[in-house]
Amino acid sequence: FCVTLGEGARAVPLAGHVGFDSMPDQLVNKSVNHGFCFNILCVGETGLGKSTLMDTLFNTKFEGEPTQHNQPGVTLKSNTYELQESNVRLKLTVVNTVGFGDQINKEDSYKSIVEFIDAQFEAYLQEELKIKRTLHSYHDTRIHACLYFIAPTGHSLKSLDLVTMKKLDSKVNIIPIVAKSDAISKSELAKFKIKITSELVSNGVQIYQFPTDDESVAEINSTMNSHLPFAVVGSTEEVKIGNKMVKARQYPWGTVQVENENHCDFVKLREMLIRVNMEDLREQTHTRHYELYRRCKLEEMGFKDTDPDSKPFSLQETYEAKRNEFMGELQKKEEEMRQMFVQRVKEKEAELKEAEKELHEKFDRLKKLHQDEKKKVEDKRKSLDDELNMFKQKKTAAELLQNQAQQAGGSTTLKRDKERKK
Amino acid sequence: TSEGPQVIPSYSSSAMSEAVVPDAMVSPAVGGPYGEKASGPGVDFSYVGIDAILEQMRRKAMKQGFELNIMVVGQSGLGKSTLMNTLFKSKVSRKSVQATAQEKIPKTIEIKSISHDIEEKGVRMKLTVIDTPGFGDQINNENCWRPIMKFINDQYEAYLQEEININRKKRIPDSRVHCCIYFIPPTGHCLRPLDVEFMRRLSKVVNIVPVIAKADTLTLEERDFFKKKIREELRANGIDVYPQKEFDEDAEDRMINEKIREMIPFAVVGSDQEYQVNGRRLLGRKTKWGTIEVENIAHCEFAYLRDLLIRTHMQNIKDITSSIHYEMYRVRRLNENNTVVAHANGMPEHHLAAHEM
Repeated sequence: FCVTLGEGARAVPLAGHVGFDSMPDQLVNKSVNHGFCFNILCVGETGLGKSTLMDTLFNTKFEGEPTQHNQPGVTLKSNTYELQESNVRLKLTVVNTVGFGDQINKEDSYKSIVEFIDAQFEAYLQEELKIKRTLHSYHDTRIHACLYFIAPTGHSLKSLDLVTMKKLDSKVNIIPIVAKSDAISKSELAKFKIKITSELVSNGVQIYQFPTDDESVAEINSTMNSHLPFAVVGSTEEVKIGNKMVKARQYPWGTVQVENENHCDFVKLREMLIRVNMEDLREQTHTRHYELYRRCKLEEMGFKDTDPDSKPFSLQETYEAKRNEFMGELQKKEEEMRQMFVQRVKEKEAELKEAEKELHEKFDRLKKLHQDEKKKVEDKRKSLDDELNMFKQKKTAAELLQNQAQQAGGSTTLKRDKERKK
Repeated sequence: TSEGPQVIPSYSSSAMSEAVVPDAMVSPAVGGPYGEKASGPGVDFSYVGIDAILEQMRRKAMKQGFELNIMVVGQSGLGKSTLMNTLFKSKVSRKSVQATAQEKIPKTIEIKSISHDIEEKGVRMKLTVIDTPGFGDQINNENCWRPIMKFINDQYEAYLQEEININRKKRIPDSRVHCCIYFIPPTGHCLRPLDVEFMRRLSKVVNIVPVIAKADTLTLEERDFFKKKIREELRANGIDVYPQKEFDEDAEDRMINEKIREMIPFAVVGSDQEYQVNGRRLLGRKTKWGTIEVENIAHCEFAYLRDLLIRTHMQNIKDITSSIHYEMYRVRRLNENNTVVAHANGMPEHHLAAHEM
């Protein structure tokens, strides 16, 4: 059998309308039917307005109480929501870092975040490696965008921020934002942004760059890149300005309008995050961050890419071997546990037997005691009975004597009386 | 617009309009590319912009382009190349037996794969037509489906190999056969054993679209009778051709696909010649008794085939290939006993037989 492959594709002109220009529409329709997934991770200290910003961005009130400041460690809380706009259904997952920045010792703060992100990659990898898999209906939980909330100190980045972002930049798309930026004046803000950007650069932190390779969005994306980090203000309260209701924060000295580009960069953030680059964020997560994770994980597990003429499924084989090894370990552990269990049972059984014996002895002792007592009481009773009998006898005898004495005495009195009469 | 906790109201044009409020700037006035709604005083501030993702996807798709791999199977002389050229309105397939060449019908089945880059309204597509000259042409056609089966499985294998690499390409090149058009000769009676055998085996690994070739030799009654007979035989032999009933996603899908299932196999006529008919230049075949217009649905069902394959179901065909046929192949492969030596490009005969049904 012979197979000849064309030597690369040649461009061929079409003599008329074929109709495959509908392919983008077919693809989009399929995606619409399927729904979309988008997962945002909000990293930042407690009280920086993370939840409020999410509410403002997506125009809805996500549930949740503001967290307290006394968390012992950093935990990640994840909530998924179904949103719909025209015919687009979005499964949005918002993950919050609870307790970030609240501890006295923050050395390990970044760890739970990294673990969480890795766990989502791992879940996807596991699904991908399954034999029977359902990738197209898999609910993708990998983090597509990480909004890093910087406290509006106006000075520079905190070392916690630098450390955390450095640990995260190879795992997730980081978009740094200055939170509660209405606390900083415009001039201070400009200086702050410059300081932040230079610190990020000098520490080698790779933040997400809005893509400039597609000419339809290259311009706006590159402009926005220069505005990072975005200085945002979030608010779900509406204030009347003129004859419109706008989202704003009202102070005695003025009102900060969220969607006013002169007041803050909220609109820019929404534009970039949702309206222009959502798909690119998803793609980068899958083709860059996930691939890196997968590569590292597989190499760690001992796989290597095979050369062209060796067996094709050494990945599967090694996977099987590793699985067998793991199962072996598992079995060994199970055996150990079983042994321990048997041992414990024996011990407990002995203990119980001992206790039982003691109880029996006690019971016997008590029984004997009881019997002794009973006997004593019986004896006493008998002796009392005897006494009683004796007493009765004596009584009867005494009564008899008395009676006899009375009779005898009575006749004596009669005789005396007769003698007196004479 | 009232807003519930978890539902975003659709964009409504009855927004908070009127005069532009001084000092309140609306969202940047950028147009179409990412689905931005019209800027200006009519903007509804409750619009989030989630649906802009559709535009983003479209942009990405346009940039990346599409791939499509079609295989044509049938005896020589059934008009396979012509049909491909008619479908794609260009010379994407070279006729295997040229009028002038001294080529003989090949003694064995060859598999010839030719790729072309075509573009329409900004949408780029890499079209690969896989031809199978020699199929069904021998005296003894036993096992003629084998090399084709092997080719299809080889493409799945190549994809799988790349997919399980540690360092793998961003976009795995997709050479998997998305659709196999099977040409049934217009005998008018029923399917031949070769047809049944081929379709029975291949329908389990690839999407098969059977067509009645050179349908201009059948009258409409003969055609309907033939089609009915073919459908019966397919049903009797348990052959599931595209669109397969079991892959209908929902009621809407089922409705559309049922209509198609009632019409297959499409009776087609191909042509790359244009003729003047009623003042228009049309693709057709000119005979002494009239001109058959290829794209006229009163004459033949070419237009239905084209619409199915290209304009409406192309994405679906690719999806079924990748999420069903390929996954089934992958499951089989990964479940195999790995001690059997399996070379990357072929399995020993007994192994091949064991996995073909």
